[in-house]
This record gives sequence, C-alpha cells and structure tokens, in this order.
Amino acid sequence: MIKTLMGSIRDYKRAAIATPIIVSGEVVMEVAIPFVTAQLIDAIQKGATVSEMLPYAGILVAMALASLCFGIGAGITCSQASCGFAKNLRHDVFAAVQRFSFANIDQFSSSSLVTRLTTDITNVQLAYMMIIRTAIRCPLIMICGIVMAFVMGGPLAIVFVIIVPLLGFGLFKVIRTVHPIFRAVFRKYDALNESIEENVTGMRDVKSYVRQDFEKKKFGAAAQDVCADFTRAEKILALNAPMMNFAIDLVFVVVIGFGSWLIISSQGLLLNVGQMSALTTYGFMILMSLMMVSMVFAMITMAQESAERIVEVIETEPTIKNPKHPVTEMKDGSIDFDDVTFMYSEKAEHRALAEIDLHIKSGETFGIMGGTGSAKTSLINLISRLYDVTKGSVKVGGVDVRDYDLEFLRNNVAVVLQKNVLFSGTIKENLRWGKADATDDEIREVCELAQADEFIQGFPHKYDTYIEQGGTNVSGGQKQRLCIARALLKHPKVLILDDSTSAVDTKTDALIREGLATYLPDTTKIIIAQRTSSVEHADRILILDNGHIAGLGTHDELMETCDIYRDTYIQQNRTGEDEAGAEAEGDAGAQQTAGRDETAKGGAADER
Amino acid sequence: MSANNDAARKQYEESRQNVARRQVPEPQGRKSGRRGTLGRLIRTLFSFYPKMLPIVVVCIVISAILSALPATFMQRALEVVTAHWQTGDWDAASGQIGGIVLSLIAVYAVALTSTTVYTRMMAIITQGSLEKFREKLFDHMQDLPISYFDQHQRGDIMSHYTNDIDTLRQMISQSLPNITLTVITCLSVVGVMVYYSVPMAVLVILGVAFMAYMTKVLGSRSARNFVAQQKEIGVVEGHVEEIMNGQRVVKVFCHEEAAQEDFDVRNEKLFRASRAANMYTNTLGPILMNLGNLMYVIVALAGGIFIAVGAPNPSISGLGFSIAVTVPFLNMTRQFAGQIGQISQQINAVVMGLAGAERLFELMDEQPEEDEGYVTLVNAQRSEGDELVESSARTNIWAWKHPHRDGAVELVPLKGDVRLSHVDFGYKPGHTVLHDVSVWAKPGQKIAFVGATGAGKTTITNLINRFYDIADGKIRYDGINVNKIKKDDLRRSLGMVLQDVNLFTGTVMDNIRYGRLDATDGECMAAARLAGADGFIKRLPDGYNTMLTDNGSNLSQGQRQLISIARAAVADPPVMILDEATSSIDTRTEAIVQRGMDALMSGRTTFVIAHRLSTVRNSDAIIVLDHGRIIERGSHDELIAKRGTYYQLYTGAFELE
Repeated sequence: MIKTLMGSIRDYKRAAIATPIIVSGEVVMEVAIPFVTAQLIDAIQKGATVSEMLPYAGILVAMALASLCFGIGAGITCSQASCGFAKNLRHDVFAAVQRFSFANIDQFSSSSLVTRLTTDITNVQLAYMMIIRTAIRCPLIMICGIVMAFVMGGPLAIVFVIIVPLLGFGLFKVIRTVHPIFRAVFRKYDALNESIEENVTGMRDVKSYVRQDFEKKKFGAAAQDVCADFTRAEKILALNAPMMNFAIDLVFVVVIGFGSWLIISSQGLLLNVGQMSALTTYGFMILMSLMMVSMVFAMITMAQESAERIVEVIETEPTIKNPKHPVTEMKDGSIDFDDVTFMYSEKAEHRALAEIDLHIKSGETFGIMGGTGSAKTSLINLISRLYDVTKGSVKVGGVDVRDYDLEFLRNNVAVVLQKNVLFSGTIKENLRWGKADATDDEIREVCELAQADEFIQGFPHKYDTYIEQGGTNVSGGQKQRLCIARALLKHPKVLILDDSTSAVDTKTDALIREGLATYLPDTTKIIIAQRTSSVEHADRILILDNGHIAGLGTHDELMETCDIYRDTYIQQNRTGEDEAGAEAEGDAGAQQTAGRDETAKGGAADER
Repeated sequence: MSANNDAARKQYEESRQNVARRQVPEPQGRKSGRRGTLGRLIRTLFSFYPKMLPIVVVCIVISAILSALPATFMQRALEVVTAHWQTGDWDAASGQIGGIVLSLIAVYAVALTSTTVYTRMMAIITQGSLEKFREKLFDHMQDLPISYFDQHQRGDIMSHYTNDIDTLRQMISQSLPNITLTVITCLSVVGVMVYYSVPMAVLVILGVAFMAYMTKVLGSRSARNFVAQQKEIGVVEGHVEEIMNGQRVVKVFCHEEAAQEDFDVRNEKLFRASRAANMYTNTLGPILMNLGNLMYVIVALAGGIFIAVGAPNPSISGLGFSIAVTVPFLNMTRQFAGQIGQISQQINAVVMGLAGAERLFELMDEQPEEDEGYVTLVNAQRSEGDELVESSARTNIWAWKHPHRDGAVELVPLKGDVRLSHVDFGYKPGHTVLHDVSVWAKPGQKIAFVGATGAGKTTITNLINRFYDIADGKIRYDGINVNKIKKDDLRRSLGMVLQDVNLFTGTVMDNIRYGRLDATDGECMAAARLAGADGFIKRLPDGYNTMLTDNGSNLSQGQRQLISIARAAVADPPVMILDEATSSIDTRTEAIVQRGMDALMSGRTTFVIAHRLSTVRNSDAIIVLDHGRIIERGSHDELIAKRGTYYQLYTGAFELE
C-alpha cells in the first residue's frame, strides 16, 4: 500500500526530503537556545557586566533568526511537498477511474469515488504533512532534549527517563482505546446523515402523511444514540490534557525540589541556577514533542482507512484492455453473436445471457424488446465491448470485438445509453463529445436528424445554450434527442439506441427513425424499446425473455408466433371500441407473466 | 421553453453563488454580524447547559490563574537557593524549600482537578451541544413550509448537518475554552509580572503585543487563503461528482483523456490555492515561536542589564532586581508566547466555525409553516337520534369539527367533496401561474389533469393540500374553506402518491405502516394485497420484514410504486391525489401498477395527474391545462369528439413531458 502511495510523490520528492532536513536545523537551534540562555543566566548570577553579556545575547539572537529561517523554510517546503503529493494522488485516482471498464465501474458507487477523490485524499495529505514535519523532528527533539538534560542537570535528568515512557504509555493507550470507538461511531454518524437526507428528499411524503412528530422522535433517538457514543470517546480523549499537565507539573516539582537540594548541597557544582531554569524548558520541550508524536500516531491511524480506499482504486486492474495488435479497420456493420453466454461476474449465480446465437446484417434495422431484466441492455453492451463475453464470441464486421482497438471500436459502434448524461457546458460542447472537430453545420445536421434542431432554435442562445449539471434545464425528451445527436456525430457503422426515445412523443419518434433510415442507410441500427410502435417497422425484431431468445422475426411473423410480443402489442394499441375485450385479454396476459417477471430480477437466464 | 431555460439558468447561477457564498466567509467584513453570531452561539450553549457550563468557566478560570503561580514558587525557591548555595548548608534551606514544594503540589493538585473536571465536562458539552443543535435544526426543519424545500437544493440543506455542524465541533471543544483560558492566563501572568517588576512587565507586554499583531495580520491572511482553498475544493468536488456520475458516457465516447485534462486544470488550481493556504498556516507557528525566542533573549538580556547597572525596580512586591526575579520572568515569557501560539492555531477554526454557526442560525430563523386553521378532524359516531357526535374511540367514521364564532360546534361528516372556484396562484407574487381555475369533484369522482410540462397540473394539487396557499379564489372541502382547516388534519384526509417514490430505511412493513402508524400487520398486508404488491413482497428474501435501504434501491421502479400505493391504501383517506410516474417501466409492470392504482381509486374522490393517457379514459372529468389555464374539460368521449388539444395529445401528436 505504502509503495503505491509513494508512487504519487514524483516531482515533489525534493521538497519531501528537504523538509525533514530543514526541520533538523530548526531542532538543533531550538535545543541549543536554552543551553546558551542557561550560560547567560549563570553569568548574570555571577555578576557579569553588560559587555560580558552581549556576546551571549548576540549568539542567541543569531540562533533565533536562524531558527526562524529554518522554520519558515520548512513550512514552505512541507506545504509544497504535501499539496503536491495530494495533487498527484488526485490525478492518479482520477486516471485510474478513467481506465475502468464498465465492470470496474459497477464495483464502486459514484459517491464513494467522489469521497475517495476528496475527503480521503485530504486525510492522507494531512497525515503525510505531519509525517514529513514530525517524523524527524519529534524523536530528534526528544533525544537532544534528554541528552542536554543529562549534560546540564546530571542525575536530575533521570526524572525524564521515568516520566517520558509513562506519559507515552498513557497517551498511546488513550488513542488505542478511542480509535475503534470513533471508527464505529463514524459509521453510525454517516447513517444518521443519510436518514436526514432521506427525510429531506421525502419531505412531501412526510408532510402529506403528517409524520413530522414521528420523524422528530425517530431522529432524536438516533441522534442521541450517536451522541452517547461520541461522548464516550471524547471523554476518554479528554484525559490527554490532565495527563499532559500532570507530567509537566511533576517535572516542575522535581526540578524545584531536587534542583534546589542539588545546587545547595553541591555548592553549585553539580547544578547551577541557569541550568535549573533550562531543565524546565527542556522538560516542556520533550513532553510537548511526545504529545505531538501521539497526535501524529492518531492521525496516521485515522488516515489509514482513507489510504486503503485510495489504493483500492489505484490498484484496480481494468478488466478490459486493448489487445496487443489491435485491428483498426472495420469491413461493415454486421454483427454476429456466436454461442454467447454472459455473466456479470464469475461468482454470479445466474447467466444474464445464455447461449445466444444471433446474426445481424450490415445496414439492418433491428428492434429488441423484452421485460425488465430480460437482458436487452446486457446483450448490446457486448457489441461495443463495454463488457466481455463469458463464453462464445461477438463479432463486428466479421472480427471478434476483443481484437479491435478499443477507441476505434467504440467510435464505430455508437451507443446511446439508457441512463444517459449531459454534462455542464453549452449544447455545442456537449455534442462535440461525439466528434471533437465537428463544424457548426455538421452539428446542425445531426440535430435536425435527431429532431432536436427545432427546440434548440427556440432557445435564446440556440446552440450556445448552457446545459446545467445533469441536464436539469432540458426536458427528458429533449435530453434524449440531444444524446442521439451526440452519438450520430460519430458517423458510426453500428448505432445502438437503448430505450433512447421513451420520453419522446410517438410522432417525433417516428420522424427520428425515418431520418436515421435515410441518412444512415449502411449503418446497422439497433433499437431497444418499450413501445411496439418504435420497433414495428424494423427489418427484424428480437424478443428477449430472461436472457433467452423468445422470438425473432418481422412484426407480422411475431404477431403470429410470439405471445409476449402479441400481448404487448395488443395492450399498447387498445382503442376505444375494443377496449373491454382487450382489457380482459391484456389482464390475463399480464397476470401470467407477472410472476415470471419478478423472479427475473437481477437478470437471470437460468430457471430457479 | 426558452423562458424556462433562462429561469433555470438564473436559478442555477444563484445557487452557484450560494455555494460560493457558503464557502467564502469573509474573515474581514461584517464584523458586527460575526460578533452577533458569536454572542448568540455562546448564549445558545449556555441555554443547553445552564448548570454545567458555569462550572466549566469557573474551572477554566481557576486553572488559568493557578497556571500563572508556579513562576512565583520558582522565584521563592531561587531566592532560598541564592541565599544558601555558597555555604552549601542544605539543612538550613530544607525547611523553606520543603514548604515551597508542598504548597506547589497543593496548587497543582487543585489546578489538575479543575482541568480534569472542565475537560471532561467539555467533552460532554461539545458532543451534547452538537446533538442538541442537530435535533433543534431537524425539528425546525420538519415545521418549514414545502416552499423552503422547493427553493433550496438538497445538497445545500444537507451541508448544514454535515459541514456546518462539524465546523462547530472544534470551535466548541477547542477554540472557545482555549481562548478563555488564554485570556485569563495572560491577565494573571500580567498580574504576576507587575507584582515583580513593572519595567520588565512592560517589556514583555510590548513584545506580546507585537506577536499578537503579527498573528492578526498573518492569521487573517491564512484564513483568507484557507477560504479560497475551500472554494477550490468545492469546484473540484462538483466536477468530480459530475464526471463520476457520467463515467459510463465518458467511456462510450472515448473521452477519458479529455476528461483527465479538464480535471487536471482544476486540480492544478486547487493545488495552488491549498499550497498558499498551507504555507501561511505552516509558517505562522515557527514565526511566532521564534519571535518568542527573540523576546526570551531580550528579556534575559534586559534582566541582566538591570541587575548589572542596579536599576531601581518599581513593583508591587517591592523586590529589587535579582536573578530570582529574572528567571521566573523568562518562564513567564515562554508561557505568554506559548499562549499566543495556541490562539494562532485556532484562527482558522474560529473563522470557519462562526461562518458555520451563522448559516445554522439562518436556517433556524426560517419562518415555520403557519397554521391558523381551527377546524379539526375527529372520530364520530351516530347517536340514537342519528345525529353525529364526537367519539374518542376509533370509529372509522370521520367528521370535521367546526367551532363557530357563536360558540356552537358543528360536526360535518367527512365525504370528500372538493371544489376549487376561480383560483389564481403564483409561486412568486406578481407572477401568476394558475389563472381562474375552477374544478368540482363530488365524493367518489375521478378527475384527471392533463397538459404539457409546466401547464400547472402539479401546482393544483399543491394547493389542495395547502403546500402552497392560493392568491385568489376559494377551495372548499366538504363545504368548509380549507383555510379554516388545520393543515395536519386537512393532509390526513388527503392521500398522496407522488411520481417520485420515496421509501424510508426500514422494513417493507414499516414503509407501508408509514401511512397509518397504528395499523396492524394484518391491515398493512391487506393494503398490500389491494395494491397488488402482496405477490412480490412475499417473494422477497424476508417477505414483509425485508429491509429497504437507500430509497429501496434493491427493488424495481414498479415495485417501489406498488409499495407507495399500499402505503396510501393503509392510510385510507377519502380523497386521493395520484401523480403518475413518468419514468419508463415495462408494459407488464405498468399493467400491475395500473391495477393497483385503480383499486386505490375506487370509492374515493381522486385527482390524477396523468402522464400517460391510458389511465385517463375512465375519469369522470378530464381537465386539459395549458399555461395555467383550463382550455378543455369533459369526459374522454366528449373530448375526443371535440378534436381539440386532448385529441392531439391522445393520438400522440403532442409531447406530454
């Protein structure tokens, strides 16, 4: 894990190494200053003249200035090193996600990726900064401090040898006890915040069922529970301050008591007043750095989990990679599924697709229908190699998709995803995702085809209209049409529309299909739909059911042979006159299939 | 649509600015506001812990004052040492030193006790206050009108609970006690200094004043950069969120490299901002520490010079300059410098904490939903004379209890007769979105609203349950003006099935029971059967006890809708408002959902907001809306025959959504 993280230091290595070195200089000054001060005090006590004092003062001022420079220098290098490290880390995590395949993306929720890229990296950054600043500093101060204490205080310094381990033990004990409590309570705290979010989202339900008091009570109980745990941890943490104070107090008492005895009984030989004063300073210094070490330790333990989560992303191997000798030529838009079986993961219990044999001719318009979980999307995802088959092979233009260059393949097999997204930016910027150097005329052409030009012209800024994050300022139907236009810009050999016109009215839907047929006669067009009207006129229609082929043929053929298709068609095309009869029929059909539909959840091709 | 886009954009920009404002608490400006916030925060904390907090303050004061005393013990010990060290006669000194050590131990014992007490209590107070803030905020939020939730983005509301309350944690647990401690310690140290030597005290105070000045200058710069860094973090977070959500699209369009470049630009900006912020924070400590070192040297030297030249020492104690006075001064100087260093570390926390507190108070000051209604919904029963009388038991007969001005109380049976007459409404004053809308629904009738996005369908239902109040006209429920009905009771008599289903974390049973808290398991299951949800629920791994999390994400869209229908069914209200789902579910599931809806509607007055026209046909009346006006009304057959807008919608020539 540490090796992976270290890989992100790169160009900030120099700053990272410089920091502890400069810090060491600061430490040396810090330790030396009380030593010289002690001599100055001793000189004063012995009745030195002003001119005798000045050299000491000069040295001290010089040392303080040097320490100041070191301090500022270290502050700058450690900021450079830690912020640079964080920047590289963010870059690396983001880059890792860009390499993800769809299967990889499925593993991580997008909100968890956001947390990893922000909060987690910030935690690691803080810990890293603390490490390079204090990893050398604190042990050095402690060692130098104790050495100096022995040099100056002689036997009196033994007090530190006793107190330091005791305090150290106490501080670490506290952290060890508190850390697991915090870990558990933070999980509860996240759940609490999630419940607030749920409440805010469902406020209309809360209010229409008049459940405000119920919600208050529920929240109050949960919040108090979290608070009790937090307080327990915080109370233990609160022991730190008295422990620290106790150690400092003890040093002070010992120094005053035994120090006085030592000075008097040795007539100032073993210890003098200046040294006695310096001892308290060293004591303070040593104990403070001990406290610091315990804080750094706490921080590292906290950051450890974050680091693990970051490394998990960086080390995730993309499940789909470019082949060694990629093919960058595509003969035509023909598609062949040869005995294709597909599972979402090796451990999955059910096959999403089972032994599919399917051959689509280049230029064919091909409709796909089927209920939820019938694996329509799973099927088409294999064509542009968003997932790899588990068994069998998928060929486009006669070549196995796994042999193509990925970017080439995806530029030639354009998919309009079911859950589609527009990005914040102008309409033009969004469309140019399809082709970076598309001219305004090209853009307009595809928008006309996708029946989007008309409404875009209605916007005050036309093609420069700004699309908000998530495309919230266009309607569902408009969004779908923009997404189709974006895919058309690729001029693909295969175009796949995955339920991409569900929010578009039937008339516009028909216009889009007509446009595609005339504009892209050679492109293979695959249309997944819920409405029979969207696929009725396709060359062939495939009916999927639980990952199996339940029907394949023209509209007329399927009306004869396929129950599912016929039932759906009748249900969707009921007219006023035959309503009564159709309703009964449709009901019966739905009733029969309802059970099957629900068991199919999760995309199972196998019978249970 | 164009106007819509403009408005949306404006709203978006406003919300962006809000975000920016949220993350940019100006450390300089609006001082009085900040001070007001601080005062209010402290008052609130005292109101949470009226007994414990004063004890804490007393303990802090004791600890602070006592922490100034060791210097005096040092001075007395050194005096004894100076008097005896040349003779080496320990026995003569031991009595005095022993006394000093014992009283020092006594002082420490008291100080340690009070420190232990106040840190422990602060642990309780910190977490307790955060909890009380949370609860107060949440409780207040429940009482806010729905317009608040329509106008504020969910992320912004959530940030009150996550970011804003979290900023208070360090402020309460560290900053406030530390600052109190520092101020009192400094005051007592100044006292002790003046006791020993006025000139030396002046010297130290001048030095400290300079350090304080540096802290203020550098600290406010540090805070400003810190805030700038927060803003860049916000930008990166927003960008990352967008890309992560659209990662599949990025892949499909082979846009990975472009996305990386975009990200790197923002990443670089964040790097620069955070480097600047950290540099100030990281150098402030060493600067202050070494200023302390310099002051230490100056004090030592000055002490030496005063002793050497035998300068007079004006002081309260009347002691002359001696080594015994100088050494404790050195310790006090260090203590002083240390305290300034302590405060300097709290600056960022204080600035962020106050900004957080201000935003919390802003939410707490939002006006709660007002309710002047006095007509309530009560259980009733038929007396012998077939008159309606109020009943304390649940009778399944409901009545409106209407107290009249003359003192008479009328019981009106709850039937579900809803009439809107000449209703005008606008979300913003002067911007009317509904014009002269009149709708009559007799008990048991089904009324459907049809029209394009933004025609005002949802708005009408928002008025019936008084999520919003009408500008002009009247809405009567069973003949009673809805303004007179208590909002809670009005809403209890109306069922709502929203197009976006919200399920709460809990079991399926809990979620159905949300409709009526005292419903038995049997009643919940009956409701599920009515909705047609029983079948799939039984097939879930734990049946009705299956846990739903994350808004029921483990269920399909159709299944979630069925649960929400069951929930409305168990509430069993006489009037239902159904907002059909727009999202596409497959035809079979849709049929099941439709049957559930039909079952729910039977025997109730129902308002349906139709997004699919297949459900509308058997309505008693179909109301076609356009730009907030009713343009057609009638039964399905009448409207089809008319060949107007409805006909065009129905034949698919117009887009509904």
